[in-house]
Amino acid sequence: MNRGALEGIRVVDSSTAWAGPFVSELMALMGAEVIKVESMKRLDHSRVISLSTRQRFTGTDQSSVFNDLNFNKLDVKINLSEPKGAELLKRLVKVSDVVIQNFRPGVMDRLGLGYEALKEVKADIIYLSSSARGAEGPERSYVGYAPSFAAHGGLSYLTGYADGMPAMMMGEIDLISATTSAFAVVAALNHRQRTGEGQYITVSSSETIAVLIGDVLLDYTMNGRVQFRDGNRDEIMAPHNCYRCKGDDKWVSIAISNDEEWRAFIDAIGNPDWAKGERFQDTYLRKENEEELDRLITQWTISHTHYEATEILQRAGVAAAPSFNSEELYNDPHLKERGGYIEVEHPVIGKKAAFAPSWKFSKTPAKITRHAPLFGEHDDYVFGELLEMSQEEIKALIDEKVID
Amino acid sequence: MGKKALEGTKVLEYASFVSGPYCSKLLADLGAEVIKIERPGVGDKARERGPFPEDLPHPEKSGLFLYLNTSKKGITLDPKSTTGKKMFLELVKWADILIEDKPPKEMEGLGFTYEELKEVNQQLIMTSITPYGETGPYRDYKAYHLNICHVGGLGYLMPPNSPSLEREPLKAGGHSVDCACGVNAALATVSALYSRGVTGEGQSIDVSKQESLMNLVRVYAVAYANDKVNPNRGPIMGTAAAMGGLKKCKDGYIIATLAERPHWARFFKLIGKPEWDEDERFKDTLAIADHYNEIDPYISEWMMSRTRYEIYHQGQELGCPIAPVRSIDEVVNDPQLKGRDFFVEVDHPEAGKTVFPRGPYVFSETPWQGNPAPLLGQHNEEIYCQKLGYTKEDMVRLRESGII
Repeated sequence: MNRGALEGIRVVDSSTAWAGPFVSELMALMGAEVIKVESMKRLDHSRVISLSTRQRFTGTDQSSVFNDLNFNKLDVKINLSEPKGAELLKRLVKVSDVVIQNFRPGVMDRLGLGYEALKEVKADIIYLSSSARGAEGPERSYVGYAPSFAAHGGLSYLTGYADGMPAMMMGEIDLISATTSAFAVVAALNHRQRTGEGQYITVSSSETIAVLIGDVLLDYTMNGRVQFRDGNRDEIMAPHNCYRCKGDDKWVSIAISNDEEWRAFIDAIGNPDWAKGERFQDTYLRKENEEELDRLITQWTISHTHYEATEILQRAGVAAAPSFNSEELYNDPHLKERGGYIEVEHPVIGKKAAFAPSWKFSKTPAKITRHAPLFGEHDDYVFGELLEMSQEEIKALIDEKVID
Repeated sequence: MGKKALEGTKVLEYASFVSGPYCSKLLADLGAEVIKIERPGVGDKARERGPFPEDLPHPEKSGLFLYLNTSKKGITLDPKSTTGKKMFLELVKWADILIEDKPPKEMEGLGFTYEELKEVNQQLIMTSITPYGETGPYRDYKAYHLNICHVGGLGYLMPPNSPSLEREPLKAGGHSVDCACGVNAALATVSALYSRGVTGEGQSIDVSKQESLMNLVRVYAVAYANDKVNPNRGPIMGTAAAMGGLKKCKDGYIIATLAERPHWARFFKLIGKPEWDEDERFKDTLAIADHYNEIDPYISEWMMSRTRYEIYHQGQELGCPIAPVRSIDEVVNDPQLKGRDFFVEVDHPEAGKTVFPRGPYVFSETPWQGNPAPLLGQHNEEIYCQKLGYTKEDMVRLRESGII
């Protein structure tokens, strides 16, 4: 069996919702051992509700969304608001490499579980704090979810129809923030590997979104220009849009960047008369007459399925792709061949399709090895075997509602 | 110069425009030594794209290029010639990591497959970032940012709560998704680097942009397979509508994410209706969903008589997850970001002083750095003469024959 890239790394993760837990899932997919810490008092709310998919779940172990965000992890119950719970977490940290948390800034310090305190226990610990607005600054205690991060980061403002509202963006925003955090943690692991030194990393989820539009921010800092949302359009390229195709709510995206692609495009759609005039002869003119151009292109796309249109145009060397829905992604032959989806058996909710790890490593394949943990599923293993606690000690902590 | 997280890591970048360069920028800003290869005379495609200071196009002043290439060294090289190929292989031999974004066919044609490059450098890590990955029926398909947004499953969901399904699905703003793909590739790359530190083994990593985006919308991507539903950009109803969501106010929009019942208690207080907290109609979030239409007119009117920042700060005082939808200038002037020194000034020899966003993380021991992007071929002499041992005379001949 091949080892994972992060095998041998142990992560203690007390975060909840999406942006925190997905950091450790990404690491777990690459072989890290992740121990998720929850409690009855502080259940990960994705076990109960999913804002993005508009779902509610009963009990603690019925959430398919929780399943998707917590594959491969172990789960223990520790009530961190009890002093003995904080002590127990420290014992776990002592045998771990990374701590991940997304409480409001200051909460972990109050519980005696801040970076300085945990560094006492494990000198080279890598400690990640992720929050909506960052651990410092005047708004550090402000709360937010994914839609807030995109709103603060400028991406909401920049996404939408030119004559419409800004976009309220959802789960994808959390997972971008998580990927960014995971990158920072693994970079710190490399530093530790080389020097033996751990460190404290703070991530602001709002900033993880703002950096994705750096060039747009520079247009303001350089020129004072405030760019605005403009649908699918590009500043220079045209055509650059989604065009209606045959079928119900089917669309193909087409983007053309130069005259060579334009000529290939016109050939591929059968050299219509409208393309012969002067109006569309160069990139500048095409952009200038974009609305009319979009209408004319739709005359062609509407008589093809988005698959047909894509194939015809790609054969000519034109960048075209369908706007895929969930069903089309699942059935897509390309993704099938690449193993895009796999099935994961879950003891409560049964067999579920899951999106496979998105990187293909030749030596250290990332994989989903098990369903997301049931609530407290690994109390015995973690407390009994890993921390070598006696049955009496465990029972006493259960009675005291520390393990709860 | 303080310590850097990826100090001593040698990266060769053979990539252009957004995803590949952003991936290696993330490494360079954390201290990796990145050598970027550009086409002689022309350079990276991003150099042709704005923003430009005062809107005057200049290959050394593109804001997009300057942003995506901080902290790198730049050389020019045409690896298609025999000598160019030999020099490319010398650089591969020097590198720990190769980051490339060329079409798979092109790399095969040049004799630069992983198997071939491994002959030169046994421990090489090679990260390939392509629209559809290195395998599968679409592997040779062309795609721009627009196409990736749609074929990766995000476009079909945008804009959320669309005014009409008759209108086209949308891309996310700016180059945001291309950047997000770069983050995903960077995470895989530093993980492979960590693994190499343990086992001594290099490897290839196949990163598909389509799959990188699907990873972010993974919960929607399995919706059909698991629940036989196809989430779209349709109207948000029921529980989700009662979450608050996007609301128009006096000077723009705010987003409220009232995910849990306690948020509503605070929200009722905010809007001057604390008694609603006791109201049977609003006893839990499901009940609120049922009766939301009864209170929506009041909430909308309340919002319309206040500004975004009044609602934001007053709401946050009470612990309400509310965010203003910030325009681009407001992102740059955000006091929270200023308070965190999120914007830094970079002084570039041609473009002058420009204000950039730094990385979205703060490391306690290994600070982020943002050094100016290279001029075209700026480091040719340093790399070719000092690292690879070419003479000044060689350089003249190489330049004249168009190889560098």
